[in-house]
Amino acid sequence: MAILADKNTKLLVQGMGRMGQFHAGLSVEYGTQVVAGVHPGKGGTKIEGIPIFETVQQAVAETGANASVVFVPPPGAADAILEAVDAGLDLTCCITEGIPAIDMAKAKRAMKGSHTRLVGPNCPGVVTPEQCRIGIMPAQITRPGPVGVVSRSGTLTYEAVDQLSRLGIGQSTCVGIGGDPVIGTTFVDALALFEADPETQAVVMIGEIGGSAEEEAALFVQEKMSKPVVAFIAGQNAPPGKRMGHAGAIIAGGKGRASDKMAALEAAGVAVSPSPATIGQTLAEHAPHLKS
Amino acid sequence: MNVHEYQAKELFRSYGVAVPEGRLATTPAEAEEAAKRLGTAVTVVKAQVHAGGRGKGGGVKLAKSPAEAKQHASEILGMTLVTHQTGPEGKLVRKVYVEAGSDIARELYLALTLDRATEDFAIIASTEGGMDIEEVAEKTPEKIHTEFIDPNVGLQGYQVRKIAAALGLDKGQAGKLDVFLKGLFRLFLEKDASLVEINPLVVTGGGDLFALDGKLNFDDNALFRHPEIAELRDPDEEDPRERAANEIDLAYVGLDGDIGCMVNGAGLAMATLDMIAVCGGSPANFLDAGGGADTEKVKEAFKLILQDEKVKAILVNIFGGIVRCDLIAEGVVAAADELGVGVPLVVRLQGTNAPEGRQILAESDLDITPAETLQEAGEKAVAAARGA
Repeated sequence: MAILADKNTKLLVQGMGRMGQFHAGLSVEYGTQVVAGVHPGKGGTKIEGIPIFETVQQAVAETGANASVVFVPPPGAADAILEAVDAGLDLTCCITEGIPAIDMAKAKRAMKGSHTRLVGPNCPGVVTPEQCRIGIMPAQITRPGPVGVVSRSGTLTYEAVDQLSRLGIGQSTCVGIGGDPVIGTTFVDALALFEADPETQAVVMIGEIGGSAEEEAALFVQEKMSKPVVAFIAGQNAPPGKRMGHAGAIIAGGKGRASDKMAALEAAGVAVSPSPATIGQTLAEHAPHLKS
Repeated sequence: MNVHEYQAKELFRSYGVAVPEGRLATTPAEAEEAAKRLGTAVTVVKAQVHAGGRGKGGGVKLAKSPAEAKQHASEILGMTLVTHQTGPEGKLVRKVYVEAGSDIARELYLALTLDRATEDFAIIASTEGGMDIEEVAEKTPEKIHTEFIDPNVGLQGYQVRKIAAALGLDKGQAGKLDVFLKGLFRLFLEKDASLVEINPLVVTGGGDLFALDGKLNFDDNALFRHPEIAELRDPDEEDPRERAANEIDLAYVGLDGDIGCMVNGAGLAMATLDMIAVCGGSPANFLDAGGGADTEKVKEAFKLILQDEKVKAILVNIFGGIVRCDLIAEGVVAAADELGVGVPLVVRLQGTNAPEGRQILAESDLDITPAETLQEAGEKAVAAARGA
């Protein structure tokens, strides 16, 4: 088991441009079943041995794909997400950075009641070690094990995973939920999935400044989680009013500060690592039985 | 992206959102002429900078004649306006907006934004106009009415009526609010705004509604489809280094410390600032070189960091996923060669092709301090900045 993706996932790639092709190749190398690509205008061809279709619906009908990864540039990305929803996929991971917020607000609302789960946008994707790689993560730094990792950031996820792996602690699934203000899967959603997953025994969550997703996660942990949770919040030294790279990473109107998020998580019984260098160590101390 | 009050008001006007008449001036003589043309008994001379709290800082003044408007403009133009939003260094005033004085009966508050928690649009209205809304929210939350709008349904008539009732408007005023809010909502959607704030929204003695002030922010991610909005950008209002970084697709935020940072990825870049602080140091900047960092980008990033005279050491922290560490290392060597980095350089490379990258650095004749872990990188950078 794992969450979101495993060896049975049949992945299709929406947007087989330079980046889509490159990462489709890496996912194939990792052992992921990449069954189709969708790229309007290139239907009927093959790229790197992957059959290309005009629409997601055609690709699903021909290949049985049940998940997609979106590399479509910002102007068409929300459209691509809704196409995945329309085709009834279980999962769509949107890697695209820079989608207009209003496009995402509309798309997310339109998805309500649908069966598709969206991860991202502006995220590195999902990796279930040795089973499935969706997105752009360097899967070689992961190793299979009992810790679920969920994060708003890309490279900081790699840092946390690397710290865990170096301590001999493997991961069940690593999920990058994305750095935008409107995202599909939230911390609360991912925590609920990890809580329900028998193979996950503890969770590392990496938050950052902006919004209130970490505070909502704290409430969820307090009320619903039985598994230990360790957190780090990036941006403790970020000035207010400045967008720190991610569209969603901004302290606005005195809200979204790292200190408030850390306090909320600590109050909920989450072990918060004070330093980005001690995320793995904090987990090892908080859940000592997991160290192999 | 932020625009000036006068630009916001021009957009308001074009969407049928009522604003007082006004004219832009860049010299005292123009301000006098503007006041004459407006022809009202009272005009208001308002400094145009991207910051709130201008009135308290002396940037907004009432004039009872064109001559007085000229006098005020001569004082305001060229002044360094300091408000709670500018920071202690303040902002140089280059333009003033001369506006017809209003007969103010009531001052209300109105804002429209995308609420992250509900993922709805939200209209926030309050009877407490002209005040700091965060303070109102804290002390008298019952005086704030929030109306959530489904992004796929849009603003409905009943919602406007609820807001009018919360603001205590009479029937005639409620009709004017309907036109006002629907125009504002259309502007928000059509131009991809991220925040509209009107503080105060005034009710005149005659029962008219006006946006007396206007703050308008736009979603940077949507500027590609609004070239006419992108054109409103005022480079004078932006930090020159942040602007230069923007042009080459790097995310840069200037800070007060002395350790220059170059990192790939926003989360790791924020965490690097935190790491430096944990080690007792102080970062000079946030810099996310992005997922596509290559030799050229690294060189540009170094140029930016080195323009900051406060920088006493540079920390490069790369976790290669997509980014290959050997390419970063080549960029570091090329940049150091070409630019002559005169400060200690601490470099941490991890992930894809890190051993190759480290070898490139070791084989160069540059004085580079390598670091293995994030902790070590932070400690070495802080020590280097202290001259240890």
